[in-house]
Amino acid sequence: MALALPLAESTAVGTPILNIAIFASFVVITLVIVIRVSAGKKTAEQYYTAAGAFTGRQNGVAIAGDYLSAASFLGIAGAIALQGYDGFLYSIGFLVAWLVALLLVAELMRNTGRFTMADVLSYRLRQRPVRIATAISVLTVSFFYLLAQMAGAGGLVSLLLGIQGEMAQNLVIVLVGGIMITYVLIGGMKGTTWVQIIKALLLIAGTAVITLMVLGKFSFSFSSLFQAAADNSPAGDKLFEPGLKYGKTLTTKIDFISLSMALVLGTAGLPHVLQRFYTVPTSKQARKSVEWAIWLIGGFYLLTLVVGYGAAALVGPKAILAAPGKVNSAAPLLAYDLGGSLLLGIISGIAFATILAVVAGLTITTSATFAHDLYKEVFKRGNTTQDQELKVARRASVVIGGIAILGGILAKNQNIAFLVALAFAVAASANLPTILYSLFWKGFNTRGALWSIYGGLSSSILLIIFSPVVSGKPPLVEGGPSPSMITNAAIDFHLFPLDNPGLISIPLAFFLGWLGSVTSKEHNAQKYAEMEVRSLTGHGVAEAVNH
Amino acid sequence: MSNDARTQTEDAYLALQSTSEFQALRKKFRGFVFPMTALFLAWYFLYVLLSIFAPSFMGQQVGKPGITVGLLFGLGQFVSTFAITIIYARWANKQLDPMAEAVSAQMTASDPKES
Repeated sequence: MALALPLAESTAVGTPILNIAIFASFVVITLVIVIRVSAGKKTAEQYYTAAGAFTGRQNGVAIAGDYLSAASFLGIAGAIALQGYDGFLYSIGFLVAWLVALLLVAELMRNTGRFTMADVLSYRLRQRPVRIATAISVLTVSFFYLLAQMAGAGGLVSLLLGIQGEMAQNLVIVLVGGIMITYVLIGGMKGTTWVQIIKALLLIAGTAVITLMVLGKFSFSFSSLFQAAADNSPAGDKLFEPGLKYGKTLTTKIDFISLSMALVLGTAGLPHVLQRFYTVPTSKQARKSVEWAIWLIGGFYLLTLVVGYGAAALVGPKAILAAPGKVNSAAPLLAYDLGGSLLLGIISGIAFATILAVVAGLTITTSATFAHDLYKEVFKRGNTTQDQELKVARRASVVIGGIAILGGILAKNQNIAFLVALAFAVAASANLPTILYSLFWKGFNTRGALWSIYGGLSSSILLIIFSPVVSGKPPLVEGGPSPSMITNAAIDFHLFPLDNPGLISIPLAFFLGWLGSVTSKEHNAQKYAEMEVRSLTGHGVAEAVNH
Repeated sequence: MSNDARTQTEDAYLALQSTSEFQALRKKFRGFVFPMTALFLAWYFLYVLLSIFAPSFMGQQVGKPGITVGLLFGLGQFVSTFAITIIYARWANKQLDPMAEAVSAQMTASDPKES
């Protein structure tokens, strides 16, 4: 059956004015909080990391706020509603990934770094080349992640505000971006962290309410909920079996292995996640942060299972696909079905707050990379004042905000869970091997780091460009254009069969890191001793390292 | 990070790195996190591979509609993640931290500049 989806027919659900009012009150309340918590003079350190002043528990909630992005909330709920089991698989990868951070990365990073990811990676290697490579990789990963969030904003806006014209939608993305830049400039990391904490609590509470309402509708019987979801889905009972999305051919199966690798290894390589570990004072607090994050994120994904199947049962795949924002609109449509305009308004307010908070965190991380790694350490060779560095960081924030806005406008209709998966693939390829090698392998050196970072980065990006994600997917069977970024079927330059590059690029980056290291004689035993002792004992963390 | 020529301190790091206390700390840490990482990755990829290559097994209904072997496996991933988190945090708080603090104190004692 062909579903024609002319934009003119899609109408907003709920009352746009109410939605706008709720969103506006979110903005005002959070803005007041940001202004209140960030009074006083700021240093570059406060701007990047709130000078490590948060507790493990606060940071854990903020991490959940940062990580449960629009992709998790909107994307995964939608994926479960449409693809059932295969959608659920996403959330498992996103959760299990936190064990890499807990066991291998968080505490050691906290003990050896201070401002940025590059602090750790360049610790015992040659500073300039490693900082430049790391900065390029941080900027690339963050760009993909930003794109995903802003794409989510676009879809949500069209659904909620009844805005249908291209121009009007773009205007709203500009507005969301503008508010985010304001938060970041006023509040720095401290303000952003508070926005993330508030947002995490609201998101989890809101999702819990929807979950309870869904279960209530089915008299708290999971099997009648599942039954209703299957009855309402063209897939029927296949909804609960693996394979709806990834089981079609051998290629899609291998693609899924590739995706799974990227998800589980990507989290601990995401710069904005790593940045959060610097907002607590000690490695013990970093451990506590991850503990809290795992409980909250895991609990939340369990709720999305009910939300996703609830959306399949009560809204139905057909209505979800017909809505503007498509798969990303499953959760908001479910909220409308359950609680009318008011609940829809609240949930969309939360979703907006989500996008704001995540984009703000990304912007701070990226601007820290610009100002600290590129401007201060590489360009000025360490000879600059805190004030100058802070000024550069703020300017960088504005530029990055602008790029986010532009990207959001261009990526409006992409599936956001999927865009985030690409960010994970690049992070797992370009960042994680170097992080693990430099923390755990004595023989690692500058050549190994450069080969691994540049090799992982360029292979993952090239594979994406020549993948079906960018061009060459056939138009959907259900109707509508090709799901590739370039929808014109005549333009097809895909050479690599998989959507996700992880399967090739992650092992390649690990291999290059090893190969580069063993072919170079460089080894700084003193720095290695310093880094290893510090990373394991936390020695010298409290000491001021102003240089 | 700090590129200052603090040769004395750096030598102190080298000296500390070779002490048996530090080697024991390092061995203890790696002896826990490496096998645990191998374990959860193996368990995760077992789930992924079964989902892909044994869909009919994972799709088998267990009792009520919608409750499949795969769903139980998936929920098992949540359980194992929570369990590893609890086990690691307890172990680290009780066993690892005291050792790390002792080694760190040794370093501080050997170098009056550090506090």
